[in-house]
Amino acid sequence: MGIHRGHNARPLEWIAEKFIFAVSLSAIAMVFLIFLFVGREALPVFLGDTDSALVQTVIPSKDMEKTAPDRLARYLGMSVSELKTKDADTLRTMMEIREEAANEVPAAVRDDKDAKVDTTEWRYLLKPHQWTGYPKPEYIWQPVSSIHKYNLVPLVIGSLKTTLVGLAFAVPLSLAAALYVSQLAPPSWKEWIKPGIEFLSGIPSVVLGAFAFLVLAGFLQDIFGYRYRLNAFVAGIALGLTAVPLIFSIAEDALTSVPRSYVQAALALGASKWQTAWQVVLPAAAPGVFAAIVLGFGRCIGETMVVLIASGNASVVSWDIFDSTRSLTATIAAEMAEAVNGGHHYRVLFMLGTLLFAVTFTTNLLGDAVMQRLKKQR
Amino acid sequence: MSAAPLIETKNVELFYGSSRALKGIDITIKEKLVTAFIGPSGCGKSTFLRCFNRMNDLIDNVRITGQCLIGGEDIYAKDVDVIELRKRVGMVFQRSNPFPKSIYDNIAYGLRLHGTKDKSEIDGIVESSLRGAALWDEVKDRLHSSALGLSGGQQQRLCIARAIAIRPEIILMDEPASALDPIATVKIEELILELKKEFTIVIVTHNMQQATRISDYTAFFYIGELIEYDLTTKIFTNPAKKQTEDYVTGRFG
Repeated sequence: MGIHRGHNARPLEWIAEKFIFAVSLSAIAMVFLIFLFVGREALPVFLGDTDSALVQTVIPSKDMEKTAPDRLARYLGMSVSELKTKDADTLRTMMEIREEAANEVPAAVRDDKDAKVDTTEWRYLLKPHQWTGYPKPEYIWQPVSSIHKYNLVPLVIGSLKTTLVGLAFAVPLSLAAALYVSQLAPPSWKEWIKPGIEFLSGIPSVVLGAFAFLVLAGFLQDIFGYRYRLNAFVAGIALGLTAVPLIFSIAEDALTSVPRSYVQAALALGASKWQTAWQVVLPAAAPGVFAAIVLGFGRCIGETMVVLIASGNASVVSWDIFDSTRSLTATIAAEMAEAVNGGHHYRVLFMLGTLLFAVTFTTNLLGDAVMQRLKKQR
Repeated sequence: MSAAPLIETKNVELFYGSSRALKGIDITIKEKLVTAFIGPSGCGKSTFLRCFNRMNDLIDNVRITGQCLIGGEDIYAKDVDVIELRKRVGMVFQRSNPFPKSIYDNIAYGLRLHGTKDKSEIDGIVESSLRGAALWDEVKDRLHSSALGLSGGQQQRLCIARAIAIRPEIILMDEPASALDPIATVKIEELILELKKEFTIVIVTHNMQQATRISDYTAFFYIGELIEYDLTTKIFTNPAKKQTEDYVTGRFG
C-alpha cells in the first residue's frame, strides 16, 4: 500500500476533522433554521393572508357545506389540512362562536369606519392613518384596542433611538478604554482594567435593567431634569453598558494585534505615546475597531430586557431622547405571551422578529463590506 | 579621521531586572562617520544602540546607569524631552516597518509630527528624502499608493527616507540589511556611504564584510562588554585583543 492509504492512515484525525466541520456547518444551519421558522410564522403578514378587521363578513353556520374549504379555512384561521382533521360539529360550533362574537360588537364600534379595515395591510403597518377620533393621520401601535393598530414606525424609531444613544455612550468609552489598555496603560494596570471591563458582560441584562430602573433613572433625572423618569436616554445608557464590554474586548484585541514595529517606528520618529496610539495604531486597527462597533450595534438593537425595564414602554413617535419609548424587542417580549397563537397579533409580532433579524443581518453584511474595503486601503 | 566626538558614554550599565546586559561601556563616537557594532548574538550591541535614542525606555524593568552624552548633553538627565531626543537621533530597524499608509504619508508623518504644515514644503522634503534614500525614481509615479506594496529592499529604503526627512544628526541602524537579498543589501550599503556626508551613522551588523565595506570605526562587543574599539581597518587586520581576532577571523561566533 505504502503512500496510498488515504484517510485510513490517521483515522482519529479524520474523524475529528469531520466532526468539527459538522459542528461549524450546524451553526450555519441553525441560523438559517431560526430565520426560516420565525419567517414562517410571519409569512401570512407578508402574503396578505391575515385579516385583522374588527367587523368581518360573517359566514352563517348554516352555509358551512356550501363554502369552499379554503375560504372556510381562512375564515376560521387555520390551514386546509387542519380543517380536514376537525369534524363537522366542531366546525359548526366554531362558526357559531364567530357569529355570536360579531353580534356582540357594540353598535358604535361596528359603525366605525375603521372597523372594516384590515390593519395588517402594509399601508397601515407603515404609513400614518387618520383613525376615528384623531384630528390628523398618525403612526399608532395599539394592538389590544378594539381596532388593532399595528403601525411599526413608533417601534422602529424606539429601537433606533435607544440603540443610537447606547452607541453614542458606549463607542467613545470603550474605544478610549481599549486604546488606553492596549497602548498606554502600564502592564500591571492592564491586568486589572481588562478583566474588570469584561466582567461587565457577566452581569445578566435583567440585573442591569433593574439597576437602570432603580438607580440610574433617578440619578440621571437629577442631573438632566427631564420629565419622564424612564425614557430612551436611560434605556440607551443602560444598553451602552451592555455593549461596552463587547466593543471594548474586540477593539482591544484589534489594537493589540497591530504590529509592535509600527509603534516602534512612530516612537523612533519622535511621536509621543498618545500620538502613536491615535495616529498610527488606531488607523491600522480600523477594520477590527469597525467590526467591534458593528457588533455593538447588533447587541444594542437586539437587547430586550434592559429596554423593556428602563425605557418606559410608550410607543410614541418622537425623536426626543428624553421621551419614553418602546423598542421592537421589548414589544415582542411584552406582548408575545398575550397574543393568540396564530392570530394576527401573533403574526405581526413574528414579523417584528423577522424585521430585527433582517436589520442585524444587513448591518453585519454591510459592516463586512466596509471592513474589506478598509483592509484593502493599506 | 579627526572628526569631533558626538556621542560619548561613560560607564554605561544596563540591567534587565537583575541581570546585567551591558557592563560599564565607555565609547566615543565621532561625527559624520560610520561606526559599526559587531559581535555574536546576545552580546548587547543592539541594546547599547537603543540607549542612544532611549528606545530601551519602552521595555519594563530596564534600568540604566552611567552617563550617555550626545553633543555634550546627558540624554538620561531628568529634564530631557525624549521626543526632542528622538528627533535628533533617528532609527532604522532590522525589519522594515513602514506604516500601513501611502508612501507619501509615511514620510510626511514625521514632518507633520514636528509641526511642518505647509503642503509645498512637505512635498519638497518628501521628494528630497526619497532622492536621498535613492528611492525617488522607483516610486515617484506612485507616491500615493500603499507603502506595503513595495519590495522588502524598497521598504527599507523608505524607512531610511522617513528617518532622514526630519533631519536628525544621528541615524541608528539595527541590522538594516539582514532581512534583504544581496542586491538590496548593496543598495543600502551604497546609501549609507552617501548618507555619512550629512549624518553620523551607527550601525549594528552581523555581517563582517558589511562592516569592513561601510564603516570607519568598529566596536566589538562580547557578552555585554566592549572588547575593542578602533579604526575598522585596524580591527579587521590587526586587532589588539585575541578575542577580537578570533571573532573577525571566524574562529568563534
